[in-house]
Amino acid sequence: MSVAVKKDFEQPKDFKFSKENMVKVELHIAKYPKGRQASAVMALLTLAQEQHDGWIPEAAMEEIARILDMPRVKVFEVATFYTMYNLSPKGKHHIQFCTTTPCWLAGSAEVVRACEKHLGIHLGETTPDGEFHLSDVECLGACVNAPVFQHNGDDFYEDLTPENVVKVLDDMKAGKARPGSQTGRVTSMSIKGATTLHDQAKKAGVKENS
Amino acid sequence: MPKLTIDGIEVTVEPGTSIIQAAEQVGIEIPRFCYHDKLSVPANCRMCLVEVEKSPKPMASCALPCGDGMVVHTQSPKAKQARKNIMEMLLINHPLDCPICDQGGECDLQDQAVAYGYDRSRYEEEKRAVTNKNLGPLVKTVMTRCIQCTRCVRFGEEIAGVTELGVIGRGEHLEIGTYVEQMVTSELSGNLIDVCPVGALTSKPYAFTARPWELRKTPGIDVLDAVGSNIRIDARGGEIMRVLPRLHEDVNEEWISDKTRFAVDGLKNNRLDKCYVRRNGKLEAATWDEAFAAIKAETKKRTFGAIVGDLADCESIIALKDLMKELGAANLECRSDMAQIDPKHPAGYLFNTTIAGIEKADAILLVGTNPRTEAALVNARIRKTWLAKHIKIGVIGQKIDLNYPYQYLGAGPDTLAELSEGKGAFAAVLKNARNPMIILGAGALRRADGGAIQALARKVAETFNMVKDGWNGYNMLHTQAARVGALMLGFVEGDEASWSKVDALYLLGADEMAVENIKPDCFVVYQGHHGDKAAHRADVILPGAAYTEKSATYVNMEGRVQNGLQAVFPPGDAKEDWQIVAGLAAALGHKLPYKTLPQVRARLAKENAAFAHVDEIQPAKWTPFGKAGKCESKPFGTTVENFYMTDPVSRASKTMQACTDAFVKAQEEKAVAHA
Ligand code: SF4
Ligand code: FES
Ligand code: FES
Repeated sequence: MSVAVKKDFEQPKDFKFSKENMVKVELHIAKYPKGRQASAVMALLTLAQEQHDGWIPEAAMEEIARILDMPRVKVFEVATFYTMYNLSPKGKHHIQFCTTTPCWLAGSAEVVRACEKHLGIHLGETTPDGEFHLSDVECLGACVNAPVFQHNGDDFYEDLTPENVVKVLDDMKAGKARPGSQTGRVTSMSIKGATTLHDQAKKAGVKENS
Repeated sequence: MPKLTIDGIEVTVEPGTSIIQAAEQVGIEIPRFCYHDKLSVPANCRMCLVEVEKSPKPMASCALPCGDGMVVHTQSPKAKQARKNIMEMLLINHPLDCPICDQGGECDLQDQAVAYGYDRSRYEEEKRAVTNKNLGPLVKTVMTRCIQCTRCVRFGEEIAGVTELGVIGRGEHLEIGTYVEQMVTSELSGNLIDVCPVGALTSKPYAFTARPWELRKTPGIDVLDAVGSNIRIDARGGEIMRVLPRLHEDVNEEWISDKTRFAVDGLKNNRLDKCYVRRNGKLEAATWDEAFAAIKAETKKRTFGAIVGDLADCESIIALKDLMKELGAANLECRSDMAQIDPKHPAGYLFNTTIAGIEKADAILLVGTNPRTEAALVNARIRKTWLAKHIKIGVIGQKIDLNYPYQYLGAGPDTLAELSEGKGAFAAVLKNARNPMIILGAGALRRADGGAIQALARKVAETFNMVKDGWNGYNMLHTQAARVGALMLGFVEGDEASWSKVDALYLLGADEMAVENIKPDCFVVYQGHHGDKAAHRADVILPGAAYTEKSATYVNMEGRVQNGLQAVFPPGDAKEDWQIVAGLAAALGHKLPYKTLPQVRARLAKENAAFAHVDEIQPAKWTPFGKAGKCESKPFGTTVENFYMTDPVSRASKTMQACTDAFVKAQEEKAVAHA
């Protein structure tokens, strides 16, 4: 994460919460005692990011400061502290690779390299058509299915290889990518299939998959 | 009350005292960076670690309240080691640029690195760099030097009341910044330079001009407003390099306003360093003898009146009064801005509550004043009190931009009149307050009905029982350093009839008056230090000394008598002011009864006994002041249009010009854009 907000993109002039989101804003503020409305800042930043293509423009921070009656720099402090708030556009598909040790041991470096080659950009960059943005993050908590990337802050794509990740990206562009394991594994079961408790399963009449 | 032992010394302290404070009480200094006794305690630098017996780890002494029976070691091997380690961590990202850093020689980090650090570095990895911020024309930033103590952020939030600085990012990327990129708009921003323990925030105008060990430090008194801030004047040779605050808990604490700090470069420009005499309509340089002779030629045929300006010292005021008496002139005036202040009753023109007394108030009514621009440090006290107790504050006058919330009551005397009858929106607040205060801006009396307004304010004070045993909540807020002293010395004499006969004026630095109203055939003597408005109208100019160039007495708005010392010599032929007056008196054939400074001061004390009590407040008797009469409904105006330029010194200052361009004009443009 870099604090210095990059200036090579345009900041929208205004930001207003949509009608539906305004209702949510009120709900969040109502959660806190009167005079403590500033506590809702994180929720509002999240809402703004969701509403605004996955990133928070300056105008939104100003709007939030106004709504919550707090100094603008205080909103900025929170927005820059948490890495999950994006302060610059992250493309239509924000791909966050986990590069922490378990994923790295399982080959995340190669996966990243394959993507970089396929898209022609490096980590921290956006493709010229604005479709993809690549970044690296720390452990996503899905190490069992390493290597892993997170899509637009929500879905995990797991069990990646330099080969299948390219297909995932193409599918994604075509709008038909499916999150989860890309090798067909069910949840976090062992790669080699079940290795223990075969007998018990048989006794209980449970059908084992793979 | 907890009793504890620090380094073998037993000490009993108030409950809630932290160990760092307790140590201070017994004369042990614990090193610190983030802790500042006027700011909140974040305990984030860990430099103040000490060993506390029975606790497994070293403790941050700034955030640890004293407990009964604690045994604290500040010099044990464990404490020393802890500090060494912290120092090593702090220096990881700190650049090794002391030789080119303005803080060098007065840097906490430098000093403490020498005292507590390792003498070599084990760090071989890359250091981080942080981009500098633009905080405006006063504060220079070199952000790579920042150690993230957050003092500046807390100062902005807690003292200056402008939350513009913040802690941006986190971890290794953490840095101090403003919202996106913006200047810090506070009239106290210069204090950031003092609170920053390292060279991250330094003075822009002073940059690379001097090293602290070259400077001669002289204690002085500021005259650019009526607070009487205690200052330290740092000079090298004959040049003033900078002004810093001097601690005075009852006046300015340890802050000064930006004007006080940065206007001194105005002392180098536009100075009067020679006598001038007008010959054939043109001012020509002259000697002292020629100038005195020119005055002597006029004294016989003319009737003199004397007007004291805003920056005059008490010694020259009394000398001028004595001279005028010798000349038989009974026309004296110190209210050059025509404020209708009742000169006879000190209680009516003093800040009776005292500046430190504000902290005891629980409701404040501001009338016709903007303390933020008129007396920034009084405003800081009000804010401090508001922050501590959330007191109620009401404003009558202009809708102003204060850095605390207030209730707007109305624009003019009508609202005040309503209040004086115990009615109106704020009446209940004042009635229920234990220590209510009213602060009347002296600028609000610059109108024909000024006397009546003053009387009305007195009535408000009486209605709400603001004056009682142990509490006087009636206050007048002045903007001129000379005003209260001159009033106390009785420099108001003559009535309309006697003034109408005046055809010669002696102006003692009177620049804020309506010079254009002086009759064309009037003979004008101007004594002062800047070639400002009044000097251009003068027929004879006598070059005087500015406040840094004379040992002089000033009285602040509370009635506090303070002495400043001479830091440098006045330029050219210019002289200390009371000596000029005494010299002129001698040339005119009169002798003033004093030759030395102590003798003038004795004369001051004879005129008003309060002058014998330096730095003491003499409570004023409550006597009925003001004038009976009706007030017009005309709203109160603005007293200070531009905080950065209020007097000849700040008007001649390039730095103040830059501030005007950066802050005032920017704001005006914004206002235009909004409209
Ligand atoms: S700029 Fe100075 S005062 Fe502010 S956090 Fe950094 S070191 Fe502390
Ligand atoms: S290391 Fe990649 S998800 Fe934990
Ligand atoms: S001074 Fe105690 S932690 Fe900074």
